Amino acid sequence: MGKLAVRESSDSFPFDAQEGLSLYRLMRIIRRCEEPLNRIYREGKIGGYLHLYIGQEAVAAGLIPLLRADDYILSAYRDHGHAIARGVDPKRIVAELYGRVTGCSRGKGGSMHIYDADRNFLGGYGIVGGVVPLAVGVGFAIKYRGGDQVCVCFFGDGAMNQGAVHEALNMASLFKVPCLFVLENNGYAMGTAVERHSAVTDFIQRVSYGYGIASERVDGMDLVEVREVVERAIAYIRKRTAPYFIEAECYRYAGHGFSDTAQQQKTYRSDEEIERWKRRDPIEIFGQRLRDAGILTSSDEEEIDAEARRIADEAIGYAENSPEPPMDELYEGVFSEE
Amino acid sequence: MLTMKYGEALRLAMTEEMERDPNVFICGEEVGQYQGTFRVTQGMLERFGSSRVVDTPISEAAIVGLVTGAAMAGLRPIAEMMTFSFALVAMDQIVNHTAKISYMSGGQVKVPVVIRGPAGTGNQLSAQHSQSLESWYSHIPGLKVVMPATPNDARGLLKSAIRDDNPVIFMEHAGLYGMRGDLNEDPEYLIPFGQAHIMLEGTDVTIVSYSHMVNTCYRAAEQISREQNISCEVIDLRTLVPLDVDTIIKSVRKTHRVVVAHEEAINVGFGAELASRIYELAFDDLDSPIERVAGPDVPMPYAKNLERAAIPHDSDVIAAVKRVVNLV
Ligand SMILES: Cc1ncc(C[n+]2csc(CCOP(=O)(O)OP(=O)(O)O)c2C)c(N)n1
Ligand SMILES: [Mg+2]
Repeated sequence: MGKLAVRESSDSFPFDAQEGLSLYRLMRIIRRCEEPLNRIYREGKIGGYLHLYIGQEAVAAGLIPLLRADDYILSAYRDHGHAIARGVDPKRIVAELYGRVTGCSRGKGGSMHIYDADRNFLGGYGIVGGVVPLAVGVGFAIKYRGGDQVCVCFFGDGAMNQGAVHEALNMASLFKVPCLFVLENNGYAMGTAVERHSAVTDFIQRVSYGYGIASERVDGMDLVEVREVVERAIAYIRKRTAPYFIEAECYRYAGHGFSDTAQQQKTYRSDEEIERWKRRDPIEIFGQRLRDAGILTSSDEEEIDAEARRIADEAIGYAENSPEPPMDELYEGVFSEE
Repeated sequence: MLTMKYGEALRLAMTEEMERDPNVFICGEEVGQYQGTFRVTQGMLERFGSSRVVDTPISEAAIVGLVTGAAMAGLRPIAEMMTFSFALVAMDQIVNHTAKISYMSGGQVKVPVVIRGPAGTGNQLSAQHSQSLESWYSHIPGLKVVMPATPNDARGLLKSAIRDDNPVIFMEHAGLYGMRGDLNEDPEYLIPFGQAHIMLEGTDVTIVSYSHMVNTCYRAAEQISREQNISCEVIDLRTLVPLDVDTIIKSVRKTHRVVVAHEEAINVGFGAELASRIYELAFDDLDSPIERVAGPDVPMPYAKNLERAAIPHDSDVIAAVKRVVNLV
């Protein structure tokens, strides 16, 4: 793809230094928590499907910390990064992947269905595009009650060809619901490149022209740029009670899922392309900005990385030592108790 | 005594619940300005305004997503499907999302929605508008399935559906909207789910049915009692999920002979489940094999004579009762 030009960093750092460090730390934690997962999967301790977020961290970290506690988030199946950025405890996320009762969905959702109702994190969804109509409903509820919250909905480029998504975008605009739609365009829907799955690849045009939704494209590898666009979007949504659409151009480093091996990936992308994108690593880009501004020293970096590794190790240890769901969990939660 | 039509009883239930709880709203195609395709929501826009009686585009998947998401965020929405044939467009939302969110979230998130509208066969509406698919929904864990047969049940069950914390598939019957009946006067009259109604007590044969078909069964039972002196007990299930197995089995232990009856096609129809449950729980009580009355396995034909043959009638029920008592 290589459609993104390397962008200049702005001279002065655009926001609070402490905030900058904490976002850097967040990206490190997301990555360190996910890095061991393929290995653990190979050991047979994680089952089902496992979709890693590695490479896309700047989108979650650039967006989610800007939300209020009473805002809502819904995601697709590539949801670990979004959940961690929302403050869902990595211990409970990894325990969920292990299918343990201490997991955030009591071991009954798995990697693709992370929920944390206390944080208004209303789940990850495994049917491509299926989450978008739900998010419109959450936005509808916000507006119905006269609130000024925002409902953020993450999905991939593949979702842009699902009928339900188009029904939902039309409805969102028609009903002017306070939803922030975030298309994480990582260039591929599984093994199908964007140019091979979309007749019109200019998603901003499709959404703004097709549905009258304010739409913007951003370099999703650059946290600072993501943040700037998101700040604008959130202010717009809260002020106008109307939807906003962001396309974040990004890249996933790992295969689509665990079974999309390095060998398999050769059917649709080259090692050289992956390497080219890795040179624009979101953590590196942001780290460089922090270093340039004198905010991040190399000892900070080491410290943050050590902490991120510790959090990941603790999460894995917690999952390993957690019990499986007791058998009576099988029937629990099919229906909500009155 | 309060007397009204089935469709009016549904409207009364929604109106009462919307008066009672500001979190209840209704949305769907033509529910507002047009006053409802079958007039069920007539006058509700004027009464509650467009924020609570919401006209939507023809986007069934998005309608179901809308109510599901709104329920997840704390509202108690009602979605009207213009007919349940169109709900097929929303099947992914209903099955993969609405039904499963409570379970997938480990019980953290509840989804109190009602998806309601006309279902069933008749009126020469032919293959795409005339069908009965309640088994599909009954098969999905996480959905409750309600099919009222009378105006009083329509109101009492719809009020329970709206107050239920779970997704409820509320299948009305277009052929019943004009049916008149007496209603309980109590505005707090709720019919709990999982309680079948014995429409007619009897001693010789148990007929298990629901929705429009149970009224057919009732007529058939009266006729066969007159003409053959066979006493039928007619059970209206009212809700397929949860299923009132106890009432069925109790009746079977009394009559020892069973007919199950529904409009939907026989193959993998709800009658198969009913028969199976009865065989499992009361095999030794049966004096003859269970008889099934159901639609044939054909798409609904248009021509009047063919349609008639594709929808079970009184005569089909009577024939089944005769078979089950070995009269033929
Ligand atoms: C309706 C549906 N069809 C197919 C699949 C299988 N599938 C899962 S993810 C995926 C690719 C989706 O790509 P995209 O939306 O770009 O998200 P990404 O994986 O890149 O984050 C496919 C085909 C599915 N889960 N749902
Ligand atoms: Mg993609």
